[in-house]
Amino acid sequence: MPSIHCMPFLSRRLVISAVAAATAFMVAPASAQDTLKVGLVAAMSGQSAKSGEAIVRGLSLAIDEINAKGGLLGKKLELIVRDDESNPAKGAVAARELVQREKVAGVFGGLDTPVSLAIVPFMNQSKVPFMGVWAAGTAITRNGAEENYVFRVSAVDVLVDKALVAYAMKKYGAKKPGMILINNPWGESNEKGLKAAMAAKGVTPAGIEKFEGNDVDVVPQLTRLKNAGADSLFLVGNVGPSAQVVKSLDRMGWKVPVVSHWGPAGGRFSELAGPNAKEVHFVQTYSFFGNQRPVGQNVLKQLMAKYPDIKSAGDVTPAVGVANAYDAMHLVALAIKAAGSTEGDKIREGFYKIGTYDGLIKTYATPFAPGRHDAITENDYVWTQFIDNQILPVGTKK
Amino acid sequence: MGTAAAAAVFVSMLVTSAIITGLGLGSMYGLLALGFHVTYAVSATVNFAQGSSMMLGAVFAYTFAVRLGWPLPLAAAAALGLCAAYGALVELLAVRPFARRGSNAWLMATVALGIVADNAVLFTFGKEPRGFQMSWAAGSFEIGGLALSPLHLVIPAAGIALAAALHFFSSRTRAGKAMLAVVQNPDAARLMGINVPAAILGAYAVSTVFAGAAGILIAPLFNVHSDMGTLFGLKAFAVAILGGITSAWGVMLAGILFGCVEALITALLGSTYTQILTFALVIVALAAMPNGLFGRAGVKKV
Repeated sequence: MPSIHCMPFLSRRLVISAVAAATAFMVAPASAQDTLKVGLVAAMSGQSAKSGEAIVRGLSLAIDEINAKGGLLGKKLELIVRDDESNPAKGAVAARELVQREKVAGVFGGLDTPVSLAIVPFMNQSKVPFMGVWAAGTAITRNGAEENYVFRVSAVDVLVDKALVAYAMKKYGAKKPGMILINNPWGESNEKGLKAAMAAKGVTPAGIEKFEGNDVDVVPQLTRLKNAGADSLFLVGNVGPSAQVVKSLDRMGWKVPVVSHWGPAGGRFSELAGPNAKEVHFVQTYSFFGNQRPVGQNVLKQLMAKYPDIKSAGDVTPAVGVANAYDAMHLVALAIKAAGSTEGDKIREGFYKIGTYDGLIKTYATPFAPGRHDAITENDYVWTQFIDNQILPVGTKK
Repeated sequence: MGTAAAAAVFVSMLVTSAIITGLGLGSMYGLLALGFHVTYAVSATVNFAQGSSMMLGAVFAYTFAVRLGWPLPLAAAAALGLCAAYGALVELLAVRPFARRGSNAWLMATVALGIVADNAVLFTFGKEPRGFQMSWAAGSFEIGGLALSPLHLVIPAAGIALAAALHFFSSRTRAGKAMLAVVQNPDAARLMGINVPAAILGAYAVSTVFAGAAGILIAPLFNVHSDMGTLFGLKAFAVAILGGITSAWGVMLAGILFGCVEALITALLGSTYTQILTFALVIVALAAMPNGLFGRAGVKKV
């Protein structure tokens, strides 16, 4: 009978798979018990690779501090990093893998708004907290989900846009600013925000132009804005594209104040954009230059001890990545501590229970509440410029 | 001055500056597309990863000039030499083994080799884009109220000079004529004592040198990174087909035309429409003239 022939074969295969499954299960929970895992999905390669490295440094520093004090819920914290290559599809896959296979307690996000926007629905669905430490897209935290698991310690486009408009009007007396925006969801997010912020101040834009991340020459777009009478420019784009705008302005010989979102901070802006890089004033959440509070002095000291390439404040680039990630990791730890568990919904409640935390960027007082998932406000921004490959507060150096 | 007259001045300024931009970028598309033309003319195959060849030119030149501090002309020459070697490698590894069997797999093989090159550069050169400033390219000057950078003149001039050199080589030199003979009838050419495999190998070297030269010329306008050539390679292929891949001058003209149309659409209608309209125009042009704007229908002589 065929069944007799089948039986030993089947059972052998069963045994093998059972053994395989058993060993897999034996290995997986063992390592999960040792540590409390948190994940990071950020650009570790490609044009924005430096941003991912900065986030890793900020998170690692905070994790070292937490582990030195005995860890969290009796376990050591462990960071698991995944590269999204600035690609939303790869980011979404990485987040899924971190949550489902690595069973992380939470996931940190990287620089790219499109990537974060691709991850957010999955995180809300699986009820695992997502902490943005860089991407500023408004819809990341304000995503309309009934139970929102997305928090952020970073700039928010809608607030940055208000700050950009206020700065251009105050600093340059701007009356007719033009917009030059990267053609992706981040640019769109800011187009809305800038329009609203300008309307609130009774200012009409001279024009709105888009450009591609790989555009070599932005002169045609800029010429349109110039001819439309723009007296200042709002720039939104990552470091490479932002540099292309500055070089195109050079070639046109057009000297116009440029007020920028923080894209230039993501890389070697001075080198890429040339001598006029310093003419771009852009927003940051933190600078290691100037007088530091005790937390800042301590973080800088630890960074220099841990990373030999950091010899002074100027080497902490990009500073926002390090600073936001450092504070975000501590806030996540406080939320987990308040929750007393790594269950997503409890951690979410834990965020609302955080009282006062003396952080790097500021002293946070009840940083999160239902409907208020952004810990940084427009009053926390710092205005900076690139001088000799360093991000300095505006006016620090000529 | 009335508003209409003022508007006319604005538009004419927009158009002139767009054409200057278009000439520069267009001649780069043309150079890359000439690379497609050279190998297609000799062997009916192309390196689909011309964008990677372009990137290699810029990366090699950056490495020699900035990291090793060589003088720019020497760095550029060495970079182009390495590009030629890379081109020969593409032919030997990704084209010859397949074309010899009459298979079309070279198509995928060249793409694959390009991806390998991109990633090898990512790991060795680094992940961050780097700025490649050249002192002669800095600053701008004014002609008739129009601000120009030296690059605006040098890039199209170098592009057209290279195209002219190719034309001279293929029509006036012995080696060039031998290449043309290979195109017309490889078997007869072989019987006449022409080394056909060497001619094809040479064509790939020349093709990659053209792409590398485009990469070096564009570097100060752009930045140097491992995927800087991807979009260029795509546009250049559209240009090569548009120009009628069999005509050298046609390909170069199509490149300049493509660059100018692209810049004009951006300047006059706004950047939202650039990609949609330029590529829609490519389809319309090819539908109306299936052999490209300047190509001739291929006639198989028996």
